Amino acid sequence: MSDATSDPNKIEAPTPDDPLAQAKALDNVDDRGRMLAADGTPLKRQLAKSLRIQKIRALALIAPLLLFVLLTFIAPIADMLFRSVENEIVSETLPRTVEALADWDYDSGESPGDEVYAALYDDLFLAQERKEHTRLGTRLNYELTGVSSLFRRSGRGVDDIGELYQDQFEDLNELWEEERTWAELMGSDEWLAAQEAWDEESGEPLPDFQLREGMPTLLPETSRQMLTFAEFIRTEDNESPLEEEPWTRVWAALYTDLTNKDVSGYSGPHTDLLQEASAAVGDFETTPIKQAFLDMDEDWGDPEVWGTIQAFSPDYTSGYFLNAVDMQKTPDGAAMRDEDERIYGLLFKRTMFMSLVITFSCILLGYPVAYLLATLPMRSANLLMILVLLPFWTSLLVRTSAWKVMLQSQGVINDVLVWLGLVGDANRLVMINNQFGTIVAMTHILLPFMILPMYSVMSTIPPSYVRAAKSLGATNVTAFRRVYFPQSVPGIGAGSILVFILSIGYYITPEIVGGTTGTFISNRIAYHISSSLNWGLAAALGTILLAVVLILYWAYDKIVGIDNVKLGG
Amino acid sequence: MTLSKTLLATTALTVAGGAVAAQEMADSMTLVSWGGAYQSSQQQAYVEPYIENNPEVSATWDESSNEAVAKLRAMNEAGNITWDLVDVVASDAIRLCDEGLAMEVDHDELLAPGEAEDGSEVDPSDDFGDLIVSDCYIPQIVYSTTFGYRTDMVPEGADAPDEICDVWDLETYPGKRALEKRPINNMEWALLCDGVAKDEIYDVLATDEGQDQALAKLDEIKDDVIWWSAGADTPQLLADGEVFMGSTYNGRLYSVIEEQDQPVGMMWDAQVFDLDGWIIPEGLPEDRLARVKDFVRFATDTQRLADQAEYISYGPARETSAPLVPEDMKQHMPTDPENSENTFLYNYEFWADYRDDIDAKFQSWLAQ
Repeated sequence: MSDATSDPNKIEAPTPDDPLAQAKALDNVDDRGRMLAADGTPLKRQLAKSLRIQKIRALALIAPLLLFVLLTFIAPIADMLFRSVENEIVSETLPRTVEALADWDYDSGESPGDEVYAALYDDLFLAQERKEHTRLGTRLNYELTGVSSLFRRSGRGVDDIGELYQDQFEDLNELWEEERTWAELMGSDEWLAAQEAWDEESGEPLPDFQLREGMPTLLPETSRQMLTFAEFIRTEDNESPLEEEPWTRVWAALYTDLTNKDVSGYSGPHTDLLQEASAAVGDFETTPIKQAFLDMDEDWGDPEVWGTIQAFSPDYTSGYFLNAVDMQKTPDGAAMRDEDERIYGLLFKRTMFMSLVITFSCILLGYPVAYLLATLPMRSANLLMILVLLPFWTSLLVRTSAWKVMLQSQGVINDVLVWLGLVGDANRLVMINNQFGTIVAMTHILLPFMILPMYSVMSTIPPSYVRAAKSLGATNVTAFRRVYFPQSVPGIGAGSILVFILSIGYYITPEIVGGTTGTFISNRIAYHISSSLNWGLAAALGTILLAVVLILYWAYDKIVGIDNVKLGG
Repeated sequence: MTLSKTLLATTALTVAGGAVAAQEMADSMTLVSWGGAYQSSQQQAYVEPYIENNPEVSATWDESSNEAVAKLRAMNEAGNITWDLVDVVASDAIRLCDEGLAMEVDHDELLAPGEAEDGSEVDPSDDFGDLIVSDCYIPQIVYSTTFGYRTDMVPEGADAPDEICDVWDLETYPGKRALEKRPINNMEWALLCDGVAKDEIYDVLATDEGQDQALAKLDEIKDDVIWWSAGADTPQLLADGEVFMGSTYNGRLYSVIEEQDQPVGMMWDAQVFDLDGWIIPEGLPEDRLARVKDFVRFATDTQRLADQAEYISYGPARETSAPLVPEDMKQHMPTDPENSENTFLYNYEFWADYRDDIDAKFQSWLAQ
């Protein structure tokens, strides 16, 4: 294709592709010197238009495939990789705590003030009703050991805080034990009427809970908690406060309000009851909220716990990536992990190194085979080709397990060596469950990926070139080195890229024959996906692996040039 | 006329039957389990009898229990739960419950009462007792992780290994060992053989020094260990003579010894008890949930759990099932008094907290 068709903006002269248009255009020049098409519009615009139509047509043709790839391949991968930075769970589960904690300084070395614990009470109570607190505990446990059980225990204990007050209110007056009392006290008359008229069988939605007028100023805290409670049971359980006893959180709020607020001005349902309670709360047994949490679990007084919550409160975090490079995000900032917990750097290096070794072994073993395939007569080449492809058609697991049988210490190779007397029975060779075993098995499994591209390139090299070199006096070695080999390099390049990229993400074979020294980074990624459920860390490791592959690919393109890679022809 | 009569009659029947079948039940179930001998024991002990009683029901198995937590999480995120009942170990059940992926159940309401030998009924929550380690969990069996050894590889003049520290005794018992490629159980055994008292093990393991101590003990045999990750590995390694002794699930060893007649012996000392049981995924549609509840009630009653012990050497989780276990199986049960002189119970709370931390150290130690 000429430049003109690929970039319509560059057209300054008529295209040589279309002599008819050229001839016409020569006659048609408008007053600004632009060439015109047959219908009088500027040629440039006309051309751009027809090119655009062509492009759209081409796009429409590949659109189904493009959409398919986008939806089923790119989007899920992007979504998975996005998890490596996503961290909304903390601020979503503990919104008020995160806000209150913003002013707290970790370096002070002291636990935060009462207002943080009050916020935590709110958040944790709602979270345990939604059963989200243990999920957050699991998330934070990746960063600080022990948080998981701290949240699980606290989820169970958080009810006790308000129960203390509930019991005392109920001891004071039996009326408090009835759900109706609360509904009449807090709910507006209209809501109460609507709720009583509501019939479950009718299929109508439950009426929205409304507060009694004046309540938000009279009992602000209680009103807020009552609203949350009513809204929650309406949407989650399809229940109304008329039949449900309020959460213990509401009782605690009532206690707070009655100690802080004067309710003598109130006149409505249950005035006496409220006055009586207001007079009595002064003598109630009470535990400050912070103390209640410390009683539940003394870890709530540990600045480390609060520092971790604070460090992980933003919606996006670098924590997973730091973990993936053997560092950790601490309240003091990023720091290296303890020496005895570092593993990912080692595994990345090992994965690179072993993939390179496997690629080179594949080249060494594959090159002669591909050469034979390309030079033998058709009939024998076909037979040889079947031998190359046969293992390719066998299940991966079968091939890997077969290597186990071959290489293990009571295996075929060792038995033969012992039988020949080459090694003693007590000193059988260790050839599996280590790097050696992984390299052998993976080289065998990936060999066809090296041979096939090499073969398809070699089969296009005309034998006459080598013959010509020899007739000009080159020795066999020189003819191969100077004439044949350079022409086969694109095949090596293609095979190497295939084998290297495949082996860098290999998982099953290293898992089975790798033991402890032959495992790859992919085995850890799999562990975090399916066992530890730390998907964020798995995503971070995967992102790094993807980035490394792309960088290597880019480097390869710069050094060798991707045009030099041929899969055939 | 006839039509309206039929309709009326059907309506009357439906109303009458309403008390029994309050809602429609789905007629297919997808059950998730571990495959192998264990799944076939479930199939024979309760799925086949259940289908015999309810011929309209079809059950499909999915052998995905070892990655059930990850898959359930993915299904939950996609909003499409395709499993109806999932067999998991207790620690996974706790995690699924924590993540809100498993449904909380009321054991007394959902499960059938136990039938004691004297004919009285026992509340399910008492019958299962402490084995209900999570509100979402319906235990089926107690299994243990313990050691098997090659009887023909015991050196002449030496006794067969009968205590956990023999695993570390490379002088008396040379040969490779197979241990699971994870810290759980191995760390406990290491500390136990390093002189830590049994009831202090988790206190010690909670400290950095304790973890280092356990790894240092494991270091003594590191060069002679083949690390396994699938339950079938150790039986295979034992059968091939690749290892002298190795840890695995007791049911696997049972089938190597009794069914495949291999020269393998059991070493029950310091076996670690663990549980296996059902969870119901959160968010099932009503008809499927109704079917699953009906099935679970049947599949975990006293007789069915005892029946399962005919096919595999795992102890039933119900106390009332124990007397019904066939005599010839009792000696293979991890709970048999002969076998359970020295046992451990997997500490779920400890490992929920320390799993990530200790695993990082353990894997780093392994990779060195």
